[in-house]
Amino acid sequence: MHATERLYLYSRFERFWHWAQTVLILVLLVTGFEIHGTVTLLGFARAFAVHNFCAWSWLVLYAFIVFWMAVTDEWKHYVPTFLKLMDVVRYYLSGIFKGEPHPVPKSERAKHNPLQRLTYLGIVSFLVPFQMVTGFLYYTYNQWPQLGFAGSLTLKAVAVLHTLGAFAFLAFVIVHVYMTTTGHTLTAHIAAMFTGYEDVPRNGVKPEA
Amino acid sequence: MSSPHVSAHRAHGGSPPALPVWPVLLLLLLCLLPGLALTLAPTAPARAAQLATEVPAGATGAVKKPEAHAITADHSRHPALQQPFATPQEVTKACLSCHNAAAQQVHRTIHWTWLDPADPERKMGKGGITFNNFCIAIPSNEPRCTSCHAGFGWKNAQFDFSSQENVDCMVCHDHTGTYKKFPTMAGLPVSEPTEFEGKTFNPPDYNAIAASVGRPTRDNCGTCHFYGGGGDAVKHGDLDSTMFKPSRELDVHMDVKGANFTCQRCHTTEAHVIAGRTYKQPAFTERTSVLDDDRVHRIACESCHTATPHKAGHKANDHTDKLACQTCHIPAFAREMATKMWWDWSTAGKKKDGKPFAEKGPFGKPSYDSKKGDFRWEKDVTPEYHWSNGRMEFLLLTDRIADTSKPVEINRIDGDPADPKARIMPFKAHRGRQPFDAGNRTFVAPHLFGKDDAAYWKTYDWMKAVEAGQKSLNLPFSGKLEFVETVYYYPITHQVAPKEKSVACGECHRPAGSRLAAVSGVWMPGRDRNTGVDAAGWIAVAGSVLAVGVHGFLRLAARGRNNRKED
Repeated sequence: MHATERLYLYSRFERFWHWAQTVLILVLLVTGFEIHGTVTLLGFARAFAVHNFCAWSWLVLYAFIVFWMAVTDEWKHYVPTFLKLMDVVRYYLSGIFKGEPHPVPKSERAKHNPLQRLTYLGIVSFLVPFQMVTGFLYYTYNQWPQLGFAGSLTLKAVAVLHTLGAFAFLAFVIVHVYMTTTGHTLTAHIAAMFTGYEDVPRNGVKPEA
Repeated sequence: MSSPHVSAHRAHGGSPPALPVWPVLLLLLLCLLPGLALTLAPTAPARAAQLATEVPAGATGAVKKPEAHAITADHSRHPALQQPFATPQEVTKACLSCHNAAAQQVHRTIHWTWLDPADPERKMGKGGITFNNFCIAIPSNEPRCTSCHAGFGWKNAQFDFSSQENVDCMVCHDHTGTYKKFPTMAGLPVSEPTEFEGKTFNPPDYNAIAASVGRPTRDNCGTCHFYGGGGDAVKHGDLDSTMFKPSRELDVHMDVKGANFTCQRCHTTEAHVIAGRTYKQPAFTERTSVLDDDRVHRIACESCHTATPHKAGHKANDHTDKLACQTCHIPAFAREMATKMWWDWSTAGKKKDGKPFAEKGPFGKPSYDSKKGDFRWEKDVTPEYHWSNGRMEFLLLTDRIADTSKPVEINRIDGDPADPKARIMPFKAHRGRQPFDAGNRTFVAPHLFGKDDAAYWKTYDWMKAVEAGQKSLNLPFSGKLEFVETVYYYPITHQVAPKEKSVACGECHRPAGSRLAAVSGVWMPGRDRNTGVDAAGWIAVAGSVLAVGVHGFLRLAARGRNNRKED
């Protein structure tokens, strides 16, 4: 048996927003691709209504998340760093197959590795707002003249950008779900997102196989 | 327990900072709020329109509701109307003895002139030199066609359009339902019982009719307009005899058990001028509602319902800049009675045992008639959709047509996506084949009806018929006759279905089989996509699946190898 350390990493609100976003992203993807004409499930009208409902709900949730990040110092976990970034990349490309320890184990001070920091910061500061803005424009195209950018946009351009964002989310979901299996056990990361606790291998100790 | 774990929280000496449950629930609720707010709360105009279509309390008997057509005179008490009448013109004179400006008012309307008041050249209209692909044109066939003229005696080009006594008041104002003009007598009723196609027409009881008069009802308008094209349901597709007493399903406004609208409820009428579309003139040009101006003609849906008639936040409100209301709210026309969709004059004139004949087809409607050719009828028809600003341009019998290889549009729907007044609008397209002068490259007006030898329905000789018809208009005929395929469009605007029967979003917003598949100039989610972006997107998604699949497989393989090494 290898020694692990049990850390409390994810507070109740953090777990809530994570799973709430999970549901929102999945429902938005499915209904979005139904509106897009790719799948048929709820019917266009209901898919549209659900998509919209989720979009507005996410906007509110997002505001709470940003507020929470700001007031709890949680934002510090998302400060990008290039320190050991290449080590992490190398780990996932080769070290992981050799049973090497993770170069940046989770700690209460830094629960995300440099690659996660960059990815999550990119998503929260670019992809989510991008989808929100393109989605909002898509939804409010009738009000463009009042909003003051009638001449500079086409509905088609907005629609295509929003679709691109959706594909980016789908690709992220696939890789993100897979990455949760790379903990010291297959379910360690996922379990942590339910309980808040993660059993992290002690520094320098090879993780359980 | 001899667990090797060193729990962080134990090190802290207690449970983690626990959040109570209620803020989480509150948060959930807050996240759901905007969606809820957008799905509730109807707008004022929507509510007004709803109230307008609700049956008033009086209808149940609690309060006596005035009759819909109440007028301030009991015509049975007018001595002028109690005199014996020998002719319908005498009735008109009696009417004019009080309503002294009425005939002159009627004289200025299209109901009298059959010429488009909006056409300065006075060529547009049945009384001019337009034509269609039903019975084609009126000149030289007057006595048959003018049985639907609001007048008496228009039997040839010599008719006196300034005659006041020849205005037919009764056809529009009779409330007995007994007044009938004879089908072939230039708008006159019979003076002796006379048979037509197995039906006996009796002389009208002019005193009873004169005593009954009031504002026109659906019966008055429908007498002609439900039988356009020479028979029930032939022409319009959205106007036929089922509209005399429509159900809620067939027409939500005219529903006899509900709102029970008369035609004029929308076709606002002032001094005999009835609002509506004419040839060159759209039914309306400004989208003004009664909320903006109480004197507005209620001819457009928006006149009462406004441009945002749906619940606040409902996406359908965002469609009114591109779609006519009719596009969603009239899912199909001819819903209860089949309408004519195809009329091929080129097959007319066949004989059986040397005699002309007629055959019945589906829906109990004629499929062939030696006088007219082949017909095709359809029921519950999905309309065609076109950009329309309400204007239509009509060909004239004098217009030269260079290309007849494709069906010729007798009327052209005006409007395109760039036109802010244009909307996507449903249409009935009536197609057929009809006579064409290949030498002069013009359409022709055949002489169909009459007792003379040139009349097609008498001798079945196209050359003589066309020669005579053209001559009556002083138009040339080269003698080279062809049959050319044509299309004639009717805007579909009646038979508005109840809201639960309106066209569902997915019938247009779908990649294949969209109702609006042929309509360009709008981006429609579900119908339209950028195939390049889609391909790139799916390649990226497939690439992600492949990458994590390979990575996972390599991990699995490596784990086996590492385990063996440890052993």
